[in-house]
Amino acid sequence: MTGESAKTNLPPLSLHVPEPRSRPGDPVDFSDIIVPNAGKQPRPDENADPKDMMDLSYDLVRVLDEKGAAVGPWDPKLNEKQLLKMLRDMALTRAFDERLYRAQRQGKTSFYMKCRGEEATSIAPAMALDSEDMVFPSYRQQGILISRGYPLVEMVNQIYSNKGDKLKGRQLPIMYCSRRLNFFTISGNLATQYPQAVGWAMASAIKGDSRIAAVWCGEGSTAESDFHAAMTFGTVYNAPCIFNVVNNQWAISSFSGFAGAERTTFAARAIGYGMAGLRVDGNDPLAVYAATQWAAQRARTNQGPTLIEHFTYRAEGHSTSDDPSAYRSSDEATEWPLGDPIERLKTHMIGLGIWDEERHAAMDEEVATEVKAATKEAEKNGILGHGLHQPFETMFEDVFEELPWHLREQSEQAIREREIKWPE
Amino acid sequence: MARMNMIQAINSALDNMMERDDNVVMMGEDIGYFGGVFRATAGLQEKYGKTRVFDTPISECGIIGAAVGMGAYGLRPVPEIQFADYIYPGMDQLISEAARLRYRSAGEFTAPITVRSPFGGGIFGGQTHSQSPESMFTHVSGLKTVIPSTPYDAKGLLIASIEDNDPVLFFEPKRIYNGPFDGYYDKPVQPWSKHDAGEVPDDYYRIDLGKANIVREGDDLTVLAYGTMVHVALGVIKEQGIDAEVIDLRTLVPLDIEAIEQSIEKTGRCLIVHEATRTSGFGAELSALVQERCFYHLEAPIERVTGFDTPYPHSLEWAYFPGPVRIGEALDKIMKG
Ligand SMILES: Cc1ncc(C[n+]2csc(CCOP(=O)(O)OP(=O)(O)O)c2C)c(N)n1
Ligand SMILES: [Mg+2]
Repeated sequence: MTGESAKTNLPPLSLHVPEPRSRPGDPVDFSDIIVPNAGKQPRPDENADPKDMMDLSYDLVRVLDEKGAAVGPWDPKLNEKQLLKMLRDMALTRAFDERLYRAQRQGKTSFYMKCRGEEATSIAPAMALDSEDMVFPSYRQQGILISRGYPLVEMVNQIYSNKGDKLKGRQLPIMYCSRRLNFFTISGNLATQYPQAVGWAMASAIKGDSRIAAVWCGEGSTAESDFHAAMTFGTVYNAPCIFNVVNNQWAISSFSGFAGAERTTFAARAIGYGMAGLRVDGNDPLAVYAATQWAAQRARTNQGPTLIEHFTYRAEGHSTSDDPSAYRSSDEATEWPLGDPIERLKTHMIGLGIWDEERHAAMDEEVATEVKAATKEAEKNGILGHGLHQPFETMFEDVFEELPWHLREQSEQAIREREIKWPE
Repeated sequence: MARMNMIQAINSALDNMMERDDNVVMMGEDIGYFGGVFRATAGLQEKYGKTRVFDTPISECGIIGAAVGMGAYGLRPVPEIQFADYIYPGMDQLISEAARLRYRSAGEFTAPITVRSPFGGGIFGGQTHSQSPESMFTHVSGLKTVIPSTPYDAKGLLIASIEDNDPVLFFEPKRIYNGPFDGYYDKPVQPWSKHDAGEVPDDYYRIDLGKANIVREGDDLTVLAYGTMVHVALGVIKEQGIDAEVIDLRTLVPLDIEAIEQSIEKTGRCLIVHEATRTSGFGAELSALVQERCFYHLEAPIERVTGFDTPYPHSLEWAYFPGPVRIGEALDKIMKG
């Protein structure tokens, strides 16, 4: 130190606070989003060195072009049956969301969350993974359960917390769980599933198994420490795990800039960890499928984890508790430059000559009927109401494997109160 | 004087403090432009600018850690944690850092921060929007814990918390944001506008930390409660026609031990009520203190009414909640004892 100040002649410091593109009433301007032509992104070998594929963390892997044709090296070349399943599962997910959202509005349950516009980011990966691979979802991956064939009635039972609810009415609606379908129990606390998925993948590697893990979180959740802990463990142990970041631009009312998107992409988080990273058009189900297939192949051959950013848009509110018109322009959803995943796949299939408007309309009707039937069936088991669908002793089960004395006493207390409070 | 619900009273306290002290800054998830998921900070970013009221990344560790750093600089941060259930990723910054800065630096650095967070159940929020984690903080040396039960108290206590030079956890019972809930979930709740404690001055005033409030005087027994449970207890007492003294603790740490002692010396009986789980809950501390300090005045064993030792269930919420029946049974027991 010379005694002279090191801070002469500088302007006063100022704090930067991110600001989104538009607020309610503003015109929407997505011109800063660069949408590269489909088919132009190179597809490296599945065992590529992460150093040699860093560009793909800033690019956007796209397969479906403006006319709906599948082009370029990432085209997964799905057969007709696969395309039909993909389309139908997305349509079914959307129909399910519509109806259960309405059910919440009608007072049949307390809460619901849609994934409109983001269907491809769970349905396409679910198809590209093996059904034995373990998935660690966030609350917006209902598409995975639907793709894996979970009965809709079971989903509605859970949403209504009714007699048929396998989770015994304990969890908030949509916080599903299915061990049978290798679908991990959903947590309300953001990003906690990230390091858990790595641990599962490490266990699979320790045991010389062949199954891999895949995990999802929103772009907002990447700010949590758990995300970064998972990335470190993933890279240190070269864990067979696929990290999905669904960048739907919003985290409740906070735009992606509050998770760092003003400076770089979410896929580029991979670079600092020396991990493979892919940034994918999340509204292009074929691109999402191809990226997952690539990452799964890499993981399965001991080449380690991949971080996939799905660039998409949350077309509706965060949940039934949210009104997005209070913080973002309502035109954003319609102006979104990457379109809608169902529309895009439909156009593609019509172009292939395997689909048409009539069949699409018939499918929409069919999935709506299927959902309706499931809700009617589930309603026979009751709706949330005041929650007397579960015997009171179930509240105390599963806290531990065995019931300790204090929970037994509390259980007796609860049952006694039931007789007084709800004598019928 | 204005009529305010608890959210408006909190907003008014924040507004007063932002105006009086340039060092007061607020941050948290969705609190800026949007004004918070419960609207507690509505309008404040517009009024004070986005370098004093701003949104944050979704990182409770970052929010609390940054608040500690800002406090070390000399600011007086008031971070919001969206739900108390989401405070856990910030625990290390609270327990190992905020709570001990003063001690380990022998007073050179302090953490004059007030962490606001909605807590408690009764809104069908399931296990991650319903918890009452206050005793995790009262157990830590160096943290103060404040819980208001009315709009009037919320404003005065929040101002005193912000002005306090030590870290404060300010838990807002979200079930009573709009009105004093008496435990009967199937009956409409009277709004704060119809309640005396809904009268809240627009101007600055403070309620000192560490001072309990005797919300009802009585001779038969003493009820120790805070937050939502003050109103649930009052309802049952009225129903049963018991002449109970109801003490709203308002601050758990530091605790107004004098008010408790004086009351129990008078009544000789003590019921403790909280919504949090029972084992190692704050009721255990209260019970121990009363036993240690008032034993020879006690005419009956101390009773605790609490939430059950399970995660907060979704559908069985009202079976879980320590409502009028559970409190009524305990009252019977004490009065017969
Ligand atoms: C640890 C934690 N902090 C805060 C919340 C409250 N919260 C629930 S969802 C959400 C936004 C998440 O946004 P993002 O990760 O982008 O996912 P998206 O909802 O867009 O799918 C927030 C802040 C939470 N559930 N858990
Ligand atoms: Mg998001």
